[in-house]
Amino acid sequence: MTRLPAWIEYLLIPIMNLALAFAVAAIVVMLIGESPIDALTVMINGAFVYEGALGYTLYYTTSLIFTGLAVSVAFHASLFNIGAEGQAYLGGLGALLVALALQDWLPIILMIPLCIIGAAAFGALWALIPGWLQAYRGSHIVITTIMFNFIGAGIMVGLLSGSLMRPGQSNPESLLFEDSARMPQLHSLLGELGIEIGRSPLNLSIVFAAFACFGVWLLIWRTRWGYALRAMGASEPAAHYAGVPVPRMIVTAMCISGALAGMMAINTVMGDQGKVTLGFPAGFGFTGIAVALMGRSHPVGIILAALLFGALLQGGSELDFEFQTITREMVLLIQGLIILFSGALSLMFVPWMERRFARKEIA
Amino acid sequence: MLKILIGATTAALMATTAMAADFKPAVIFDMGGKFDKSFNEGVWNGVKKFIDETGTEVMEFEVTNEAQREQAMRRMVRRGATVVLGVGFAQADAINAVAGDNPDVDFAIIDVSWLDQPNLRQYAFKEHEGSYLVGVAAAMASESNTVGFVGGMDIPLIRKFACGYVQGVKETNPDATVIEVMTGTTPAAWNDPTKGAELAQSQMDRGADVIYHAAGGTGLGVIRAVADKGKLAIGVDSNQNGIAPGSVLTSMLKRVDVAAYDTLKSAMEGKFESGVNVLGLAEDGVDWALDDNNKDLVNAEMIAEVKAARAAIIAGDIVVHNYDNDGECPAEFEKRAISASLSADDITSEIKALSARLDELESMLK
Repeated sequence: MTRLPAWIEYLLIPIMNLALAFAVAAIVVMLIGESPIDALTVMINGAFVYEGALGYTLYYTTSLIFTGLAVSVAFHASLFNIGAEGQAYLGGLGALLVALALQDWLPIILMIPLCIIGAAAFGALWALIPGWLQAYRGSHIVITTIMFNFIGAGIMVGLLSGSLMRPGQSNPESLLFEDSARMPQLHSLLGELGIEIGRSPLNLSIVFAAFACFGVWLLIWRTRWGYALRAMGASEPAAHYAGVPVPRMIVTAMCISGALAGMMAINTVMGDQGKVTLGFPAGFGFTGIAVALMGRSHPVGIILAALLFGALLQGGSELDFEFQTITREMVLLIQGLIILFSGALSLMFVPWMERRFARKEIA
Repeated sequence: MLKILIGATTAALMATTAMAADFKPAVIFDMGGKFDKSFNEGVWNGVKKFIDETGTEVMEFEVTNEAQREQAMRRMVRRGATVVLGVGFAQADAINAVAGDNPDVDFAIIDVSWLDQPNLRQYAFKEHEGSYLVGVAAAMASESNTVGFVGGMDIPLIRKFACGYVQGVKETNPDATVIEVMTGTTPAAWNDPTKGAELAQSQMDRGADVIYHAAGGTGLGVIRAVADKGKLAIGVDSNQNGIAPGSVLTSMLKRVDVAAYDTLKSAMEGKFESGVNVLGLAEDGVDWALDDNNKDLVNAEMIAEVKAARAAIIAGDIVVHNYDNDGECPAEFEKRAISASLSADDITSEIKALSARLDELESMLK
């Protein structure tokens, strides 16, 4: 089989997939009687141009980078972690417990790292158990992680409507994070420096997301451990034969994956809501799977894919605002088409491209 | 002097006309979506009635994640909304912040009673009182002395429904058994009719012949399963007697539609008032439903008994315990907190489907 030039594989094919998805979406929009050009304009403006829009897009992107990275680390070990949703949920609990215990005493400069550690630790713990079961008991990671999503949801409902519920109101949500345990939002930070930007929940977590991307790249491609991880992902028996301690690697990889998923909580819980609410991961853990797939499990790809999904989410909600005929189900449909064409059907153009470019090489 | 006065009056008049002309209502539905066959849809029914009657355009938005609540409210305000209606207590903190930042705009929220903003109107319902009434009806209709309750997601609000219901049953028939079950712990529990049917079936297997649901879309499965077996169901929120005529004993009405309609209507007429409205039986905020669909199911004795209970609650002779007050329910009942949802076959097929999917994804990844 011929190898395609990199620019085709990593640039042309994704763009073609995206274009095809938008084309099909345009037909759907036309069928319900709206102009696809108008819809696209609203989506692009809504995702990047309107006041605060870019902030919202990047806010969603931040969450998706964390969950996308989480899924990708496990992917490299050939593990399919679909428990990012539950790990993020529990990560919120970790940050909350640290905050409630210490926020009255410590300054923000200490609280933020401690809360991040709390979130990562709880996320890691929630991935550790399925990882251990996979490594030492052979329970399939897909089954255990999905079950742990439900167990996590059960624990969180129990706590949020029980001992951790904020008194004086009837919504199952936690006590509030004090200012000392909140991730500063960019619009207020820049506001203090005299730069006015639109109000959005974008916060410093995006910086930590960037660090996490760099860290994952370093870990997977620039360390011996990462090499062993990829070797194990490529062929477990071969890696075992080469002396890689497979079970321990599985557990460690899952813990790192869970920790990254747990860190998604710092963006929503500490950066925006200031409290842990029921079901706050809101599907971002699952979208992280699509992000990792689309981003080919590489941090750069994940950043781009997360940005695309973030923009779709924010631009899509603007569609819902602007057009009465385009409901949120329509928006979901458009997002689904993009996932379908760039995820599930991502290899559709490959044989055609190979024929085309292989012929040229021969000639 | 006179001139100034006239000027002022004209200005005031013009301001009022301008306000009436600029009247722009907005509704923010919550995560269930406006067609959730339950709470949000109840609000939508009220909004729709308002639109049909007045021909006014109402801006609306359905949120899909936490961050969108505040975003949507601020967006509506920026687009010139004069009154913003929030749906559900999950929007409480968001509306509190936005209402505080926009003192010139009117805000209203349903299912919230604890906020304090001068431009905010709050509605809360005494669901325990309405549930008590249908509990009385259930106890009288049951021949097996066993009645059931199927809740949606296991949150305090639903336990409040359950607690009122159990009190009504026990007060009417102290020997009756109440089986309580919640559908799940994720928001999916609101929209899982298949599971609702399974839960109702398992309660019927254990002898229940009247089952009350407070489970949104899941409850439709409860009603269908109960109707198939010739037993009785009790609907919730809106009048569900017509879903399976002859099999729905009654429905516990929670008039969120009236709250939504009144809010928009009063705002349109310039009579918007802020404050807290707690609506119980006395205020017609909750009630039980009697119509042609269930007239053959309820006898005169039952009607008399329920009416007596209704009057006693309004008069204060019966005080229905509110679960919200202390997070506890004084009445005793058999409780199965969360259902065991999957059978062995389900799990096997689930595993097969998942591993097939896994292979696909793995090959995609390579």
